[in-house]
Amino acid sequence: MSVELTPDGTIADAVAALRAGDTSARELTDACLARIERDGARLNTFLAVDPDAARQAADEADAALARGEGADRPLLGIPYALKDIFVTRALDFDGRPLPGGFPTTAGSRILEGYRSPFPSSAEERLADAGAILLGKTNCDEFAMGSSNENSAYGPVRNPWDESTVPGGSSGGSSAAVAGGQAYFALGTDTGGSIRQPASLTGTVGLKPTYGRVSRWGMIAFASSLDQCGPFTRSVRDSAVVLGALAGHDPRDSTSVDTPVPDYVAGLTGDVRGLRLGVPREYFVPGMEPGVEAAVRAAIDVLRAEGAEIVDVSLPSTDRGLATYYIIAPAEASANLARFDGVRYGLSAGADELWENYTRTRGAGFGPEVKRRIMLGTYALSAGYYDAYYVKAQQVRTLIKDEFDEVLSSVDAILAPTSPTVAFKIGAKVDDPLAMYLNDACTLPVNIAGLPGISVPCGLSDGLPVGLQVIGRAFDEGTILRIADAYERVAGFGDLRPATARA
Amino acid sequence: MASISREDVEHVAHLARLHLTDDEVDRMQTQLSNILDAVETLRDVDTSHVGPTASVIRLENVMREDEATAPMPRDVTLANAPLRDDPFLRVPTVLEEGR
Repeated sequence: MSVELTPDGTIADAVAALRAGDTSARELTDACLARIERDGARLNTFLAVDPDAARQAADEADAALARGEGADRPLLGIPYALKDIFVTRALDFDGRPLPGGFPTTAGSRILEGYRSPFPSSAEERLADAGAILLGKTNCDEFAMGSSNENSAYGPVRNPWDESTVPGGSSGGSSAAVAGGQAYFALGTDTGGSIRQPASLTGTVGLKPTYGRVSRWGMIAFASSLDQCGPFTRSVRDSAVVLGALAGHDPRDSTSVDTPVPDYVAGLTGDVRGLRLGVPREYFVPGMEPGVEAAVRAAIDVLRAEGAEIVDVSLPSTDRGLATYYIIAPAEASANLARFDGVRYGLSAGADELWENYTRTRGAGFGPEVKRRIMLGTYALSAGYYDAYYVKAQQVRTLIKDEFDEVLSSVDAILAPTSPTVAFKIGAKVDDPLAMYLNDACTLPVNIAGLPGISVPCGLSDGLPVGLQVIGRAFDEGTILRIADAYERVAGFGDLRPATARA
Repeated sequence: MASISREDVEHVAHLARLHLTDDEVDRMQTQLSNILDAVETLRDVDTSHVGPTASVIRLENVMREDEATAPMPRDVTLANAPLRDDPFLRVPTVLEEGR
């Protein structure tokens, strides 16, 4: 078998070519680095890249492959990128910069130049699996946003149409995978920040169940909602990466100790006999007709493949946005209290401690982060706690109970991922509420802690649309199986932006 | 309507230890009012018999053996500090002299 050496293929094909000796980790890495060199600055996908470190890791992977170590290391020799919300070890044991270590910024000025003394679980697990870290991707500041325009380091451009956003908050990761700059990338998803950018860039984005993947070393935004997961160019690749990431981690008290199935082995291509629910509330007002048409056509494809499609109702769906915009900012306001200008990060250099706190935070945080800190602090403050925060937690119970009830009678839920295709950079920056609506179809899934995947289901106005498959807690196997079966027959697995063919 | 005043914004900013410019206070007043109006819709939901959900998984205390482990080395801990006076972190004045 010979492989055409472009960085736009799948992990599965690259692994097969590596094992067959038709390519090398060095060649795959060089192909990604060439693409980053060509497009990276223009698309603003990466905040840090280290070609020398990546090439060195690739050479080590090639040596390991030559020793026959590929069998139990599913990502050996595969280049990838990490959202810059994951810390990566960048200090040696004497506190000196580690060669090849990356800074971690979370897309914020307040962490500019920060070098983590420890690695994230994700970095460790992917290194164990043999993956090669290319660099850290741009993202909305502290993962707060749906367009990547809230990064302190500038917006990311969508390779499908460079005047549009790649979605957010994991926009650098989605654009890097869509644009062939990495074989896969990790993102984080608190209200849709993996699935929505996957939808807008024609990539596959998976948010695992809350508790499935360790959050150790992921800079916290909203701790009861955050999860991490992969962007890939196929559903099979998503299963491979999830298998490498999933599993109990004693360092994360919310990491659940439950067995990790063989996700790839579960991809049978067969959806016959599955009952799939379509919640009428997810076809929201303001949804673009082209998006609705593509999603409805995808549902028809699954019906034709033998799945039973049933109408279901999740009546509290329209309360999701309000619930989320209390809970997430409340948790964020507490998590971001640690940025005080004392132990790390920016310091305003005021001569009095109190003044230094407020000046540091005022100078270091961008507008959206300030807005959410204010909203969360307000909701948690005396006199408003019960009316806002407790109320939102009660509605959270209702939303979760409705999902549980529907998922007791269907195997999974089919819905749009995003109500729109990629929008123009700048179109929604002055209207926070319009921006928040981008996540109307994804954030209920975080509120309920369930797994969800977005898989490309066609184009509308020449831009990608995503089908969302939502499953039962810890049943990633079923949503991967459905998304993979769809991808095999629908013919959108090869959707690539023009940059991939240039 | 959840219209909030300038004083409310300044009070919350104070609680959050967040310096805002006058322009930011103006903008925040409008934007927070709009967002809170949208959030107010939760008031109509009957939750009289519904308990709150803080986490979707059952959280249990995680215990480990009480064994000493190596701490992070001091130089590593201090490496990112904006102001240090080895072997300490340095902070600006906390209390004025004479108080």
